[in-house]
Amino acid sequence: MTETLPGAAVPNPLDEAAITAAVDQAVAAIAAAATLDELKAVRLAHTGEKSALSLANREIGALPKDQKAAAGKLMGASRGRVNKALADRTVELEAENDARILVEETVDVTAAPRRRRAGARHPLSTLQDRVADIFVGMGWEIAEGPEVESEWFNFDALNFKPDHPARDMQDTFFVEPPEAHLLMRTHTSPVQVRSMLERELPIYVLCPGKVFRTDELDATHTPVFHQFEGLAIDKKLSMADLRGTLEHFARQMFGAEAQIRLRPNYFPFTEPSAELDIWHPGAKGGPSWIEWGGCGMVNANVLRAAGIDPDVYSGFAFGMGIERTLMFRNEVGDMRDMIEGDVRFSEHFGMEI
Amino acid sequence: MRIPLSWLREFAQVPAEATAEDVMAELVKVGLEEEAVHRPTDTLQGPIVVGQVLSIVKEPQTNGKTINWCQVRVVPEGQQQTLTGDGIDPSGVQGIICGAHNFVEGDKVVVTLPGAVLPGDFHISARKTYGHLSAGMIASVRELGIGEDHDGILVLSRIGLDPEIGTDAMELLGLYDQAAEINVTPDRSYCFSIRGAAREYAHATGTAFTDPVSKVRVPEALSGGYGVKLNDDAPIYGKPGCDRFVARTVRGVDATRPTPPWMTSRLRLAGIRSISLPVDISNYVMLELGQPNHCYDLDKLAGDIVVRRATAGEKITTLDEKERTLDVEDLLITDESGPIGIAGVMGGAHTEVSDATTNVLVEAAHFDEVSIARARRRHKLPSEASKRFERGVDWQVADVAAQRVVDLLVDLAGGTADEAGTDVGTAPDAVTIELPAEYAAARIGIDFTEEQILTSLEDLGAMVAKTGNGYTVTAPSWRHDLETKDDLTEEIARLVGYDKIPATLPVAPPGRGLTRVQQQRRRLIQALADAGLTEVLAYPFVSKAANDTFGVPAEGAERKALKLANPISEEHGFLRTSVLPGLIEVAKRNHSRGFRDLALFEAGLVFLPGDQLGTAAIPPLGVKPSDEVLDGLYDGVPDQPLHLAAVLTGHDSPAAPAHSPRAWDWADAVDIARIAGDVLGVELLVTQGRHQAFHPGRAAQLELRTGEVVGYAGELHPKLLAAHDMPARSVALELNADALFEAAADVIVARHISTYPVATQDVALVVPQDVPAEEVLAALREGAGELLEDVALFDVYAGKGIEEGKKSLAFSLRFRANDRTLTADEASAAREGAVAAAHERFGAVQR
Repeated sequence: MTETLPGAAVPNPLDEAAITAAVDQAVAAIAAAATLDELKAVRLAHTGEKSALSLANREIGALPKDQKAAAGKLMGASRGRVNKALADRTVELEAENDARILVEETVDVTAAPRRRRAGARHPLSTLQDRVADIFVGMGWEIAEGPEVESEWFNFDALNFKPDHPARDMQDTFFVEPPEAHLLMRTHTSPVQVRSMLERELPIYVLCPGKVFRTDELDATHTPVFHQFEGLAIDKKLSMADLRGTLEHFARQMFGAEAQIRLRPNYFPFTEPSAELDIWHPGAKGGPSWIEWGGCGMVNANVLRAAGIDPDVYSGFAFGMGIERTLMFRNEVGDMRDMIEGDVRFSEHFGMEI
Repeated sequence: MRIPLSWLREFAQVPAEATAEDVMAELVKVGLEEEAVHRPTDTLQGPIVVGQVLSIVKEPQTNGKTINWCQVRVVPEGQQQTLTGDGIDPSGVQGIICGAHNFVEGDKVVVTLPGAVLPGDFHISARKTYGHLSAGMIASVRELGIGEDHDGILVLSRIGLDPEIGTDAMELLGLYDQAAEINVTPDRSYCFSIRGAAREYAHATGTAFTDPVSKVRVPEALSGGYGVKLNDDAPIYGKPGCDRFVARTVRGVDATRPTPPWMTSRLRLAGIRSISLPVDISNYVMLELGQPNHCYDLDKLAGDIVVRRATAGEKITTLDEKERTLDVEDLLITDESGPIGIAGVMGGAHTEVSDATTNVLVEAAHFDEVSIARARRRHKLPSEASKRFERGVDWQVADVAAQRVVDLLVDLAGGTADEAGTDVGTAPDAVTIELPAEYAAARIGIDFTEEQILTSLEDLGAMVAKTGNGYTVTAPSWRHDLETKDDLTEEIARLVGYDKIPATLPVAPPGRGLTRVQQQRRRLIQALADAGLTEVLAYPFVSKAANDTFGVPAEGAERKALKLANPISEEHGFLRTSVLPGLIEVAKRNHSRGFRDLALFEAGLVFLPGDQLGTAAIPPLGVKPSDEVLDGLYDGVPDQPLHLAAVLTGHDSPAAPAHSPRAWDWADAVDIARIAGDVLGVELLVTQGRHQAFHPGRAAQLELRTGEVVGYAGELHPKLLAAHDMPARSVALELNADALFEAAADVIVARHISTYPVATQDVALVVPQDVPAEEVLAALREGAGELLEDVALFDVYAGKGIEEGKKSLAFSLRFRANDRTLTADEASAAREGAVAAAHERFGAVQR
């Protein structure tokens, strides 16, 4: 295929049959070429300088003048046919080649490596943001305060009498020395007091944050946990406003079907006071009321401690545990999962809640 | 508080079929919390009957023990056995093997027949043992679950009973009764009594209440009784420690008589163990009326009783046989011999009633809440009495309770009451409250009718008088919690029902959204999570050593930190000054659970006490402190900035096909710190740092443009990692996030974006090894002038071709002008300027 067949006679450029045969031979060879390399060899053999058609073409010059035109025409058409066949086959083979390379480049996409980590938020942190967003959406603001707090903000300003058993019930971490009257806040309520002292009336604030009680860590207790407390101080607020606010919030958190229930209770900083239960249709062991938090109308003594006239303003407050909310909203069975920092816990939630 | 239903029924209309659960459900409506149900029949089932031992055959065994083969009659003679079942003998006489020996033929005992179930899921059946078919058991109190005594079987005559054979023993012993346990909030002290619980039950159900006080006949006045003096010369908050003391005497008491089963059964259900008849009576009356009281052996008292404060160093041996040194604030009951009781907390051992006691002095007194609360805390002696006194007891009920104890001592212990008695003290003023007519409605959001208001308050036991514009309400003597119109409002709402409160949604004034710092904090936390780190929340409790290592850069320095007075564990007795110790604990925990590749972070407060720590005094409640006092309170609260910290160990990603995970290194720590700066728009300058927790050559100190140091990042110190069992080469960073928030620009001013072509030029500079790249960069920036758009370090080389002790830094400089296309000469000139500055400052030579 590479060279002119040895001893093959050079065809006469006027011999149409011989020329056609050479062309047919070339076209057949072109069609038979299976790769671009083979096609290159075919091209050399059939259109190269020593190919039958080239040699025949060269013969035209030696022909009598009157025959040159006919020979030229025959040879031109013939070589045109061959060149076109070559070009067509080149396009075909190039396309085939491209396709083959792509096929050869196939990988197992199911074995893709994870090169980057998706990080994760702690669900308590995500939930805290979610709660804050609901209240910000209602026009409330978010208030914060220190975790180590003066006893006055944590107890006295909230109407806990110095020797009252209610203080004992708070299981407080005290900071040394005792004369300094510093403690780790047992609830986020001191932020309410700070808010009342520092903000213009009316006040609508949510106070989320970390709180501390001297409980040993077990499946349902932890010495460090999170709360969010709401405080509204305005003219003519009533317990109906408290219920309406809690209902709205419960529906944002748990869906339109959520229901709440208030039961009488006691807190030094509210009067009247209530326990807040939420209806949990998906509770393990069947639908039931779940204790969610405490609430009530702000005690007049608390308003007075902040210099607010209880005869002009009234207010309501409520507080819930974030851990507790996460436990029943997201079915966390064991408090320790939220505390220990096991990456599986946070990573399961990712950035969502 | 546990409420036996049989007891409650004496004073409230509880349906016969009501269970403890039903009772709790009612009480919950009026604000008591359900706690538990106590019901013997949950673990105890009959047939359990009274039997009489007809004969006992003692049969010695090879193991040295002797067992008794007993014939026990369980159906009255001449009657038919009506029970049927496996092991029930139709003759009415059961053959029973018994190992106890404290009974004789003719004794009446409790027989648990085949088919009965005892606590512990113990099923009684007829079974072959010791060569006999033993068809049942002669029971001890322990086996029945009604006592601890298991020395012998329960012989009914010894508890004063002689029932007919075949009587249902469960009925006889009160075992069909049940108790509802409720949680009583600190304001509702009166609910620590059957009297209070029955009243609340009546409130909840709208049914009739019979006050147990009305069943006791109290003499009009008492006089001529035992001498009692109230000598409190150091009242707390101006309130005398004892403002009423009733003393009664009962003579000829038989203290050894058994307590009747109805009483032991109720006490047991209420959670109180039977001790002796006088003590049981005392406890019974306390539970019924809420008045703690005490019985003294009259013959052991010496002279008048004086109620006074203790003197320094005075001692008492209390009922629990412990000698206690008294505090001068302790309120005491004394006689001529000295202290005979810590008032309201615990009586003394010497004057205690015993089996030998025949004459009893009954005390029912009223003590000040604070005195009792402090004594209880001081001596760590929580008792049923102190629990009631520190929450408040009805002043008016003392003489009634004393009378009730006297009556029971007469009825049950065979005593005779003295006519004479003592009642000294002064009644506190009744509390009257003005309640404006519309007040409750406005506070609650329900339009209460006048009838609702009057009925609710009168049901409580209050006296109500209508005034021009409302009501004057006199609170009942047992309701110490009723002091204000808000207290009355709660009572009205609670009795009408919280479920009647409507829902209205108040509209807050237009809000300002999250504050800038709140937004910054969220962005920071989210950015680290987005960068692939996992957020954790560790406890802030750390050791002193952890604070001294992580909380202060210089080795050997001590970190001033807050110490807890009552930590969960002494080992972690301090509050953190750095977030890293907690993170390292979490990293170790994860590591031990098989997770080798970790990137953890936490944003949390650290506690940095300054010179002023708290305040010596605390202002009173209910009043706004002066600005000066408030400033003192604010200033006394230690600084608590937010810190952001991260710990990384292992690799950045899991091994996978066609992927080589990269080990986290010091540069990752620096990089993450820079991301934290970037997302807040704060440039962090990196300098070579020194911090004892970090590798001395691989720690970056992070500074603001102002020079303020805001944190560290790098490889943790190898020795520290080894000491903490952490993998080598673990890295960490910690930043003062609050400082970053503050450094962030309020408004970011846009920069002009030039679209003229760029001219880039690379330059390699040879500088001494110890010159930081960051500083060379700064020199280049300055020297290049305003045409420089950006410059970056892209290679560091030392070795062949570079002089010993030097390194080559390769920088790429990007030049661009705002107003024209730069010529090659202009760009080169700017580059020369940059190089010249680096040369001038560090002797940098172009390579």
